Amino acid sequence: MPRYFTEEHEWIDVDGDVATVGITDFAQGQLGDIVFVEVPDTGAELTKGGDAAVVESVKAASDVYAPVDGTVTEGNGQLEEDPALVNSDAEGEGWFFRMTLGDKSQLEGLMDAKAYKVFCDAL
Amino acid sequence: MTDTEFTGDEAGVETATLPLDAWHRAKGGRMVEFAGYWMPIQYEGIMAEHLWVRENAGLFDVSHMGQLALSGDNVAEALETLVPGDIAGLKPGRMRYSLLLDEDGGILDDLMITNEGDQFGIVVNGAVKWEDIGHLRENLPDDITLNHNEDYGLLALQGPKAVDALARLVPEAASLVFMQATRATWAGHAIALSRSGYTGEDGFEISLPNEALTAFADALCAMDEVKPIGLGARDSLRLEAGLPLYGHDLTPAIDPAEADLGFAVSKRRREEENFPGAARILGHLADGSPRKRVGLLVDGKLPVREGAKLFDGEDEIGVVTSGGFAPSVGAPIAMGYVPRDHAVPGTAVAAEVRGKRVHCTVAAMPFVPHQYVRKTGG
Repeated sequence: MPRYFTEEHEWIDVDGDVATVGITDFAQGQLGDIVFVEVPDTGAELTKGGDAAVVESVKAASDVYAPVDGTVTEGNGQLEEDPALVNSDAEGEGWFFRMTLGDKSQLEGLMDAKAYKVFCDAL
Repeated sequence: MTDTEFTGDEAGVETATLPLDAWHRAKGGRMVEFAGYWMPIQYEGIMAEHLWVRENAGLFDVSHMGQLALSGDNVAEALETLVPGDIAGLKPGRMRYSLLLDEDGGILDDLMITNEGDQFGIVVNGAVKWEDIGHLRENLPDDITLNHNEDYGLLALQGPKAVDALARLVPEAASLVFMQATRATWAGHAIALSRSGYTGEDGFEISLPNEALTAFADALCAMDEVKPIGLGARDSLRLEAGLPLYGHDLTPAIDPAEADLGFAVSKRRREEENFPGAARILGHLADGSPRKRVGLLVDGKLPVREGAKLFDGEDEIGVVTSGGFAPSVGAPIAMGYVPRDHAVPGTAVAAEVRGKRVHCTVAAMPFVPHQYVRKTGG
């Protein structure tokens, strides 16, 4: 299952026509202690680059953008009870939402793990 | 993702470094721009640092703040023309929280004034220190000397174990009580310390020469009970302590009565009615101000932050001036301004966050009890 990364520090796992989206371990480290996550409602239509979710650390609220077009099929309900899951397992249990892929060609512009590491090292 | 707070761009002005800049970076501090300086927002994490201060002792670098000194004949009387506190009655070795007021009684800054015997020491907020200096110079008689001591840094050691830690280096620390100050010597350096701070905990602020800061910070952080603490935890600690932050909870549009800082308007000054904006402020203190700063307990987990509008039903009634997750409370809290008739603890209001209404309850402050030490040996 290929994993892609965005310059906005989201990761996206693609399995057929469905994608799982979260923020990267680098991003959670930058944000610090996460105290609230607002995930999109099931059925929400997302547009690449548009607002998808909000993650709140102790110090600030940050927007999470949709990495591609699509429709939300599921938000991670566990984050409501335990937002710190994003700190402890950002790229696993701390996923934000699942979505259909509206335009698979949009994946082509994203980074793989190696390219993302190079991107972060340069920040 | 984009951060929406703590960007602090000062357009056109180069960000300055603190004397301890390299020390913060070596300790793993994440540096952000604040009040024109690069300052550490956190080291290991805001939550852990916050809770550490409530249980142990945390070292804060507040060298961005302005350390001023006023001296000259009748200096206390001169200073009283600009602040509402009883400065003439402040005994040597004592300090007082006060407010720099404009002629309408609006708050230009909040500050600490210490009678150091031969002069009055004043500590002002870093973000407005140049404006404060201008205001003081313009409004004080020419024979009052104003000194801005840029050769000294300022550290705060806060928390229940601060006294034990500091007394190992400076034994005089243990003999002070809250809002007392003294001069001392450490490693041959002339220093000044006071039992004060802005976290709600027992603690101290220590002023010492820039060249002594690194060795002093190292000596404290070598102790098991001391860790360096960043700006992030400083903000969450003062919020839980119910202490207002200048530029956010206090502005020139707000007077001391509205800010619920009536204690800073001393009894003698109220009788004399001779401080800036006395008519407005005394009127507000006697009859109640139209709006008042209050604490807010927030239902649920969604943080309510600065700028959130407050509602009673469909009516917009006020605004949040600071807020966030409170680690020791374990929930979001906020402070803001509401009309007088909504300022009673227990009043229900709603805050608007991203189009959603969040239920809040007006609460007495502090949210976490103050731990000030008012007697030694007790």
